[in-house]
Amino acid sequence: MLTADTNAGKIGLMIAAILLFAAVVGIILFIATLFRGRLADRFTAYIYLAPTLIMLAVGLVYPGVRTIYQSFFNAAGDAFIGLGNYETIFTDNEQLTVLRNTVIWVVLTPFVATAIGMLYAILVDKTKFESLAKALVFLPMAISFVGASIIWSFVYAYRPDQANVKQIGLLNQVVVWLGGTPQQWLLTDWLNTFLLIVVLIWIQAGFAMTVLSAAIKAIPEDIIEAARLDGVGPWGMFRFVTLPAIRPAVVVVLTTIAIGTLKVFDIVRTMTGGQFNTSVIANEFYSQSFRSDNQGLGAALAVLLFILVIPIVVYNIRQLKRSEAL
Amino acid sequence: MTTALPSTEVLPAAVKDETTTSYAKRKLSSPWASLAALVIAILWTLPTFGLLVSSFRPERAIKTTGWWTFFSDPQVTLDNYKAVLDSEEGAGLGSFFINSIVISIPSVLIPLTLATIAAYAFAWIKFPGRNLLFLVIFALQIVPLQVTLIPLLTLYVDAGLANTFWTIWLSHSIFGLPLAIYLLHNFMREIPATLLEAARVDGAGHVAIFFRVLLPLLRPALAAFGIFQFLWVWNDLLVALTFAGGGDAVAPITVALANLSGTRGTAWHLLSAGAFVSIIVPVTIFLFLQRYFVRGLLAGSVKG
Repeated sequence: MLTADTNAGKIGLMIAAILLFAAVVGIILFIATLFRGRLADRFTAYIYLAPTLIMLAVGLVYPGVRTIYQSFFNAAGDAFIGLGNYETIFTDNEQLTVLRNTVIWVVLTPFVATAIGMLYAILVDKTKFESLAKALVFLPMAISFVGASIIWSFVYAYRPDQANVKQIGLLNQVVVWLGGTPQQWLLTDWLNTFLLIVVLIWIQAGFAMTVLSAAIKAIPEDIIEAARLDGVGPWGMFRFVTLPAIRPAVVVVLTTIAIGTLKVFDIVRTMTGGQFNTSVIANEFYSQSFRSDNQGLGAALAVLLFILVIPIVVYNIRQLKRSEAL
Repeated sequence: MTTALPSTEVLPAAVKDETTTSYAKRKLSSPWASLAALVIAILWTLPTFGLLVSSFRPERAIKTTGWWTFFSDPQVTLDNYKAVLDSEEGAGLGSFFINSIVISIPSVLIPLTLATIAAYAFAWIKFPGRNLLFLVIFALQIVPLQVTLIPLLTLYVDAGLANTFWTIWLSHSIFGLPLAIYLLHNFMREIPATLLEAARVDGAGHVAIFFRVLLPLLRPALAAFGIFQFLWVWNDLLVALTFAGGGDAVAPITVALANLSGTRGTAWHLLSAGAFVSIIVPVTIFLFLQRYFVRGLLAGSVKG
């Protein structure tokens, strides 16, 4: 009856699941009303929190601890090998390429995306077309990484360089128009990683622009006016008025994009599958865990990801606290 | 109340007065600035536009000429969309589209409801361990999904849930909870306590207070998180691949598209139409609910 075999069955299943969930919530809310007396509030709170705490304990805390434990075991997960997997990550040639690529991603993406977003936010600020202009750059945020990867794969598309064959990818066509030879962009080591990074920059610049644009608009008008009366030019205005004022927002944007970049998986998997030396940690985690059946190495890569996120988050929180204290 | 989300201060405010318009005029007078803005806008639009145009061109035309030739030789067809949606002879994306809907709706409703109840407890009920528990949930936001996937998959397999919608619903709900609780809690703390006190004096219980007093005020926050979570789930690939990758019956459209791109990477007539079938839902939400959409995306940008 309610099986995932037909479309109607799937929707029926979904409705049944929602009703079941609603019943559970109803029961929780009802049980909470049964308590009376001095400690009633306390019980109510625990009952309200129970489903959440159980789900987080089983679905986040336990798996996290389990993965850390697993990262000290071999591929099959049956022999303890200490830090062996971590040693592999930092010595194996293939894994070193993965680390190299991840560093390139995390260094380039946040700064370029933020710079473009900031520049664009300043350029379109208070112009007639501001909302339309911003919507155009923000729209890629709505598109899935898979969709964005297909959009850009098409830009990079390559057709054999023969007399009667025309290029269908925009990039190669531009190269041809400029008198060059078309390239198999995604197969060229080093360059391909940069071309994949372009996709994430394309997605994240809209985020940077939106946050920074709001920060720019929050700068008090009288400060700008005073600087202008002092004869400060556009560059001086940016350097001494805008940038110091939006610094906290810039830090948040940089760290947020950096965290997102560390976990980038969809783009690499869809566009190259991690081949041609384009793999990054998050993609390598997936390949090792599910394709190569190397549970231990996969777990170690996941843990490494976790470890790399922590300092960025700590820095972010510190900066937020500092700007709140001001 | 509409600005009580932590990130809403960063929403664009339409402030306009004499000085700003004169300033704008002066800035527009710099042709280089306008040119730079135009170049960025074009670079950001052209890739999507090219694929959109291609999705309406005949297969042969897509494969032999660039999409820009469309303007000198316009040929329009809906065949690509028919081919990509049809399950008989095409890629059968239609049923994956349904899967995406079936996955997304409970994956938004469940964490939204549970987080609202939990945030209420954190914000308005005093109990031992409140601050510590809240801090733990706040910290859980930064756990990368990758760390949890394999053990969670093992749990699902042991429970006999493998390759069902339940695994994806549960996973997205779990992963969405910390952020949702954090956001809704912040929002609820902004509501004046006197409002709740007044209702309590009238003899209202927690449930009555919630539905009568809080819910109307919470609507913008719920909408923002709801939209963020919906887009996150709709656009997700990793969770879906892990828990539904094996079975086409429950896989969402992102998985189908990624597979299509892997197996038929040059079938641009299918890929272009398929990409737009998957994009149409989030873009529609973007166009109609832009305000909540931006707020939700900004608020949830650290997730994952």
